[in-house]
Amino acid sequence: MEFSELIKTATVENVLLSCAGLPAVRGTLCITSHHLLLSSCPGGDVELWLLIRNVDAVEKRLTGSSGTITLRCKDLKVLQLEIPGMEECLNIASSIEALSSVDSVMMMYPFFYRPPSLKLEEGWHQFPLEQYFQQISSQTSQWRLSTVNQDFSTCPTYPPAVIVPAAVGDEALRKAARFRQGGRFPVLSYFHPKNRTVMLRSSQPLTGPNRRRCREDETLLGTILDEGERGFIIDTRSAQAAKQARMTGGGTEPKSSYPQWRRLHRPLERGRPLQESFAKLVEACSDPSLSMDRWLGRLESSRWLSHVKAALSTACLAAQCMDREEATVLVHGAEGTDTTLLVTALAQVILDPSCRTLVGFQGLLEREWIQAGHPFHLRCAHSAYSHARLKQEAPLFLLFLDCVWQLSRQFPFSLEFGERLLLSLFDNAYASAYGTFLCNNEKERSLCKVKESTHSLWAWLNRPEEQQKLLNPLYSHNALVIWPSVEPQSIQLWQGLFLRWIRPSQHLDEAWAEIQRLVEENNTPAKESTGNRLSQSLSDHTAGMENRR
Amino acid sequence: MEHIRTTKVEQVKLLDRFSTSNKSVTGTLYLTATHLLFIDSSQKETWILHHHIAAVEKLPLTTSGCPLVIQCKNFRIVHFVVPRERDCHDIYNSLLQLSKTAKYEELYAFSYNPKQNESEQVKGWQLIDLAEEYKRMGVPNAYWQLSDANRDYKICETYPRELYVPRTASKPIIVGSSKFRSKGRFPVLSYYHKNKEAAICRCSQPLSGFSARCLEDEHMLQAISKANPSNRYMYVMDTRPKLNAMANRAAGKGYENEDNYSNIRFQFVGIENIHVMRSSLQKLLEVSGTRGLSVNDFLSGLENSGWLRHIKAVVDAAVFLVKAIAMESASVLVHCSDGWDRTSQVCSLGALLLDSYYRTIKGFMVLIEKDWISFGHKFSDRCCQLDGDPKEISPVFTQFLECVWNLTEQFPQAFEYNEVFLLQIHEHVHSCQFGNFLGNCEKEREELKVKEKTYSLWPFLLAEQKKYRNPLYNPDFLPELSLLEPNTVSFNFKFWRNMYHQFDRSMHPRQSVLNLIMNLSEQNKQLEEDIKELEAKIKQRNGQLDVVLVKEHQQSAHPAPVALKTPPCFKKEQPPIPGNETVRTIEGSNTADNRYSELVSEFSKAEPAVVSLEYGVARMTC
Repeated sequence: MEFSELIKTATVENVLLSCAGLPAVRGTLCITSHHLLLSSCPGGDVELWLLIRNVDAVEKRLTGSSGTITLRCKDLKVLQLEIPGMEECLNIASSIEALSSVDSVMMMYPFFYRPPSLKLEEGWHQFPLEQYFQQISSQTSQWRLSTVNQDFSTCPTYPPAVIVPAAVGDEALRKAARFRQGGRFPVLSYFHPKNRTVMLRSSQPLTGPNRRRCREDETLLGTILDEGERGFIIDTRSAQAAKQARMTGGGTEPKSSYPQWRRLHRPLERGRPLQESFAKLVEACSDPSLSMDRWLGRLESSRWLSHVKAALSTACLAAQCMDREEATVLVHGAEGTDTTLLVTALAQVILDPSCRTLVGFQGLLEREWIQAGHPFHLRCAHSAYSHARLKQEAPLFLLFLDCVWQLSRQFPFSLEFGERLLLSLFDNAYASAYGTFLCNNEKERSLCKVKESTHSLWAWLNRPEEQQKLLNPLYSHNALVIWPSVEPQSIQLWQGLFLRWIRPSQHLDEAWAEIQRLVEENNTPAKESTGNRLSQSLSDHTAGMENRR
Repeated sequence: MEHIRTTKVEQVKLLDRFSTSNKSVTGTLYLTATHLLFIDSSQKETWILHHHIAAVEKLPLTTSGCPLVIQCKNFRIVHFVVPRERDCHDIYNSLLQLSKTAKYEELYAFSYNPKQNESEQVKGWQLIDLAEEYKRMGVPNAYWQLSDANRDYKICETYPRELYVPRTASKPIIVGSSKFRSKGRFPVLSYYHKNKEAAICRCSQPLSGFSARCLEDEHMLQAISKANPSNRYMYVMDTRPKLNAMANRAAGKGYENEDNYSNIRFQFVGIENIHVMRSSLQKLLEVSGTRGLSVNDFLSGLENSGWLRHIKAVVDAAVFLVKAIAMESASVLVHCSDGWDRTSQVCSLGALLLDSYYRTIKGFMVLIEKDWISFGHKFSDRCCQLDGDPKEISPVFTQFLECVWNLTEQFPQAFEYNEVFLLQIHEHVHSCQFGNFLGNCEKEREELKVKEKTYSLWPFLLAEQKKYRNPLYNPDFLPELSLLEPNTVSFNFKFWRNMYHQFDRSMHPRQSVLNLIMNLSEQNKQLEEDIKELEAKIKQRNGQLDVVLVKEHQQSAHPAPVALKTPPCFKKEQPPIPGNETVRTIEGSNTADNRYSELVSEFSKAEPAVVSLEYGVARMTC
């Protein structure tokens, strides 16, 4: 396939671009293989530089000889293009539609993007699992790094290396994998250094209607617990749903076969209901004419904040089991690639201060979302506006980011990064110039040579000048667990994301800049400048004296 | 005090309202003439002013004792468990008596003694001078004058003595107009906008019925519109819903007929009455007070209470008002029924949007004194200072504060004061500790001799204004007298957690940005002052040196090298800057405070041997 085949009209002049909150501009519209450009006059400023992959829905309206195209983007921005000429309008619209729905990973922009300031290999191997394993092995010898999945044959959605109990051999792992959906056998997700408890994650066991058992799986989970020790299995499905899963070959760990484990069911929404919740919330947010009652009603019926509360509560429960009850925790739902990761990743942000730094958080995302096999390509194919028939889209990653944002509101000094990083991660997960969120798992990434042929987002974000923008000026290291309140009064709508393009934020931005200024002024350089000013006034005087002399 | 039978009860438990595990602290309960005091085992004191108590309830006896629930007007709810029923009964009866006062003279303000001498007391009352305020606005001037018509409260008992009216409104017009207005509250000036030469005026509803007219009242309105040289028409805003206003016509009241008044543009803005507001707040408190609510129950409860809809309606009305003034230079007359509730809300909020002075600490005090206190908002009735008609109670002033809070959220740099200031004012509107809010109008306060017998709140707030200052305040945020234009889209109005859950610490962010920023800016100011001080010292020293040098110059050809010495002022120790740990303490960061602990604690009960949960308050030192 050639991109040029998809582009029916490459340039149109005299196009009017309008976007909420900004003055409309007129200029020349230009479509390239990956971008939509609008420049206000020949050789003039580029007013719009939109990654076509970012377009979620294209709506066209024809009036007489001209037409209007509304572009609803995955980052929730809405743009309008007034295009003279009916044919041009239709051509542009269908070109954008075709280009934005190219599904082949290797055709995507990251494979073509070559910024001069970055090197291709930079950032790709910044967070190897080996490094995390070394941290753990310095404190305990109960775990080992297994390469049983070296060729992705044991579990296609796991990375080549996983951390498993030292007492369990690779052969047993292979057998246990056959007893878990998608081969996702229990692996270590997090080691809590404070009391050396661990959190594991997996997919559901394939108990099925005949109550199948697997000795290797039972031993695997058994060896983790000492005699008399308890473990908690946090199942992210309802007890009912877990039971029903047996009919389709899935199920749960029965008490009789896993005597030391107690199951806790905490149903978390995923899949289509979550995607619909997202769409409903965005729809409510984009209607400023809603009366107060209608607004609250729509906010309620979207159920988004309920999902936020449920995710936070479940993560807190997992964290509490580890930190307070000093118990081992296993988290799984069905496939173990969605709500499971939401809970394990969030629990770590709550428990571990090292996950709350800018770089530590990236490491967490890499370990618990990207390498752990959250299917980003499927889940983030479309955002809230798409009219396309939904396949497997669901905003689990966004829900995670929202929960982290809630934490940052309740503990404004404990996260090293600010809202900007979270927004940028959301944008890049849905449409990006970088390869970090491409594909569904490490196996696919390896097949597509993502790490060889695209740039890593981390390389970009960790450039000093970018980092500066992402840091939270109020941050100060907090070694404690941050237990959030999950009362509905404490859960807020993430206005910075859902109303980013809708609410005027100038005053809030200015206030934030002022906070930044105050903090900077308070830091050492300010105190130094005190000295400078004083010695200045002294030397001025001296100089004056000398001149006089 | 004859009402107090038991002054001290030991072994009383104070339950945490939002804790699932029925967490409690044990301590001693004391009953004094003015306060209920609880001191827990860690010596933490909880003071509750009797006047703050809105309701006391005795719940059915339990195995651990007799539960006593106290609801306060500042939205604090405390839940005690008293071991013996007789003690509980005594305290219950005493509180019932003590929280309901029959006479003004028994209110706390008349016994409160802050150790000020008489001249300080007098000075305190002079701090806010409304005559000065009208002068600041630019009246009297060519169009507006001070009227002495109400000097002896003869025309309107609930208005202040000093009122500003159009110069062309003669006394007969005033008298005639007042007879045609409910409670005699004729149109008077509330705010004058210097640049636009437009005025906000206020009054009560006309006694128009279905067809009555009053020429004087028509003249009065004409005088107001003529007092504005830049615009010929004026707006009359009836802040009530149209239906309510029409219903009033049957009772001989109503609203202005546009045909009878020349050049008026009449507008309803639909703010509900005090009864609707009272029950709306009641519903809101029921929702926010429920334990373990789901997000959806909370949101639907919030919606059903209608509270935020009412807040939005008030702000919308104020926005309508200021647009007329700022965009059209038109004067606006605002009224509701009696002109002391919704009218006060809309006039004061409008002035706050128009004039940055009211966004300063002192200016806000002036605004409250002017539009609420002097124009006779019935604080006594609305806040239930005396045991009276429960139908008169209404959170009208609370709504005003909440509107202001919503504006501060939208414009973080436009206000000199912070949220704590608003909460503190709310606290004292109900505390009856200071004389400002006692009674229903100026006349009543004069009769009570509040200025001699009680103290004014404002000097106390001003003295501790450091606490109330918004560290992000930028006085040049907008040019003077330029309009603050809030966005009133629904999503801009939020539930005011710090008001309704002020005392439920577990629900708050565990780290306060406001406190941190306040400390930072305080430290920065301190540094800045140190620099100035040091610079002054250097200057002074250098000045001395100059003199010496010049002298030396005259005397000797070889002066000693002076500037190379280290100036001693450099050795001055920096004032110790409070370390971060004082600033960054997280309160209540404890799993036990939170809902998610529920299951584990239930689960733990089965196997108690394994459980050793520490419920200490996590403290962070960094």
